[in-house]
Amino acid sequence: MKILSIILRNAFRHRLRSILTIAGIATAVMAFGLLRTVIGAWNAGVTNAASNRMIVRHRVSFIFPLPVTDLQQLQRVAGVTGVSWANWFGGVYGNSSDFKNFWPRLAVDPATYFTLYPEFIVPPDQLAAFQRERNSCIIGRKLAIQKGFKLGDVITMDGDIFPGRWEFVVRGIYTGRDPSTDETQQFFQWDYLNEQVKQREPGRNVDAGWYILKVRSAAEMPAVSATIDTAYTNSQAPTKTESEKAFQQSFVSMSSTIITSLQVVSFVIIGIILLVLANTIVMAVRERTREYAILKTLGFTGRHIATFILGESLVIGVLGGVLGLLLIYPMVQGVKQGFSAFFPVIGVSAFTAVLVLGVAALSGLAAAVLPAARAVRLPIVTGLRTIG
Amino acid sequence: MKIPFSYIWRSLWARRLTTVLTLTGLTLVVFVFAGVLMLAQGLQKTLVDTGATDNVIVLRKSANSELVSQVDRGSAEILETAPEVAAAADGRPLLAREVNLIINLNKKGSHAMGNITVRGTSPHGVELRQGVHITQGRMFTFGTHEIVVGHGIASQFEGIALGSVVPFGGDKWTVVGYFDAGGTGFDSEVWGDADQVMQAFGRPTYSSLTFRLRDPGQFVALQARLSADPRTQYVEPKRERDFYREQSQGLGNFIKALGITITVIFSIGAMIGAMITMYAAVANRVVEVGTMRALGFQRRSVLGAFLLESILLGLVGGAAGLALAALLSFARVSTLNFSSFAEIGFGFALSAGVILNALIFAVVMGIVGGFLPAVRAARLNIVNALRGA
Repeated sequence: MKILSIILRNAFRHRLRSILTIAGIATAVMAFGLLRTVIGAWNAGVTNAASNRMIVRHRVSFIFPLPVTDLQQLQRVAGVTGVSWANWFGGVYGNSSDFKNFWPRLAVDPATYFTLYPEFIVPPDQLAAFQRERNSCIIGRKLAIQKGFKLGDVITMDGDIFPGRWEFVVRGIYTGRDPSTDETQQFFQWDYLNEQVKQREPGRNVDAGWYILKVRSAAEMPAVSATIDTAYTNSQAPTKTESEKAFQQSFVSMSSTIITSLQVVSFVIIGIILLVLANTIVMAVRERTREYAILKTLGFTGRHIATFILGESLVIGVLGGVLGLLLIYPMVQGVKQGFSAFFPVIGVSAFTAVLVLGVAALSGLAAAVLPAARAVRLPIVTGLRTIG
Repeated sequence: MKIPFSYIWRSLWARRLTTVLTLTGLTLVVFVFAGVLMLAQGLQKTLVDTGATDNVIVLRKSANSELVSQVDRGSAEILETAPEVAAAADGRPLLAREVNLIINLNKKGSHAMGNITVRGTSPHGVELRQGVHITQGRMFTFGTHEIVVGHGIASQFEGIALGSVVPFGGDKWTVVGYFDAGGTGFDSEVWGDADQVMQAFGRPTYSSLTFRLRDPGQFVALQARLSADPRTQYVEPKRERDFYREQSQGLGNFIKALGITITVIFSIGAMIGAMITMYAAVANRVVEVGTMRALGFQRRSVLGAFLLESILLGLVGGAAGLALAALLSFARVSTLNFSSFAEIGFGFALSAGVILNALIFAVVMGIVGGFLPAVRAARLNIVNALRGA
């Protein structure tokens, strides 16, 4: 108990310096936590992928469509309990250089899509209205709030993959089942896309961008994948069938360089936390060289001295860590506003919180190792002679 | 009376360990800050250099990338006979009809997948891009299923070694050469014959047309003429440089916005570190400051000396950070460009603007960190200070 009170008193002997150090560590810890959260958000699609869904796409690249005629054959594959399909629409809404005007727009099969995605909760009457009306659409709750879209509004945009002007009437707003569900997407009828393209560009086929399969169990996935991909090997459009998780992972891995650099930066931040803390501890120890020598003459051992110094550093580090952790939450809210187009789903995970505190505590110990070792080894006489 | 510079320099040297710790912190921050700017700059440079000044690219209206664009044969023929198009060495119009597609290849040594642009081009495509030359093997032959690979991706992806066969579009394609496009975006592409590629993918339309202007001043007139003509109202000409600059904006702004947000946040940590150091410097030198004041140095000079000391910290840290960042110039990165949905390889580019910004950033960190401690030093009461209070 006595030792603890010495540690605490020492930690706050230079009140201004300690407060500054804690503030410095807190901001660095916050930046670290923010980075980890951003990296996590990048992987959100992978983490949230359902374990019973698979995606069938064109083997060469997901930009090539698959024939609509594949549907019946896919429905007959053993283990598959549901099939739906979707197309990436793209499109340009308003000023395209503003990130806030980008959100995923998909043409989906109105009858089956939402049964395969139970995490998108649509009120039954709105779903029925969507299925009835050709040019209607369903949008995510978050998107509706961000852009101020209400039921009955018309969303107008220019097509790029499918040229021309497009108008969609909002007939439904879905909410996410889980907090991690993406609520920024827009779905409209695939049949509308198909009809319009036939009218606007005679001779052009829309086809299916990709198929979504619901399988009985995850264990059957390898067999389903093998059956489908072998069947289409020599067709006009060879397929690649993979779990939704693997499909999402392939998107994340395209940006793996950016993720790696963010990880490198997060290590640099740990370095800065260490430096700030080490600086403070080095100063404190230097100022107290005589004191430690006196403590030694009184019979305190090297271990005591080391405990004082390590303890002091740990206290400051942990306090900075806790404060930083508290600051992460409002910061993440800010990033959510500013980068919503890139990170539709972002949140501080429990793991990040623990990691952040762990990093702060470990840095606390690591920063004090050298000064402590120095203080322990210093001969008493030299210490007493020091003028600080 | 001014306090001599050597005093400032020596007081930093007197507390070497603390100075070095603070400097390292500042160095790391400037390193990351400069690295982020260099990356964004490198991306922009790569893509802007991809476009040539007199070249014009024609895309479908409101298509922001070649991938989503479709240009029909009719428009191609109209443009081919347009008087604004320069003549090639063989006397024909210097215009390339191109198709732009994406195939997936695996990155070497990982399971990561990359989107690689396959550009099908026509005989004048190479002449339009000055600086494109074969480094190994030979150019592909028109009318065959041969392809050449940009040297930016040649070493990074599996299955595209010289002589290997790449399956896509229901056909097999032989890699017959590597080409160097002088560090432009083309270095990350695979080139082949447009007609062959379109046939393989069963695609009836081109992605884009690129041509050289006879006279660069004719661009505006051409633009007006195309939009007035009902046969070409769905296409839109863009100066090639402008087009590629737009391509760099999405990813570039993203790197900058995210990188700078995070750097600025943790730079506060480093600034506080500098502040701690400077407060300690003041506290250790109370008597010294009192003596200087008694000798007749003014408050202003004391303030200036301490502020200069921390600016010096910032500058040295900034220079060291920049020196470290300069080493990054040797590194190359390759990642997905959101705008084109394709892999793009680029380097870290150090420019005068980056250096200036990084140094300003470093000096600002020094000033912010040193201002309050310097004020405290300047406000010391002479008598109390001499007493060592």
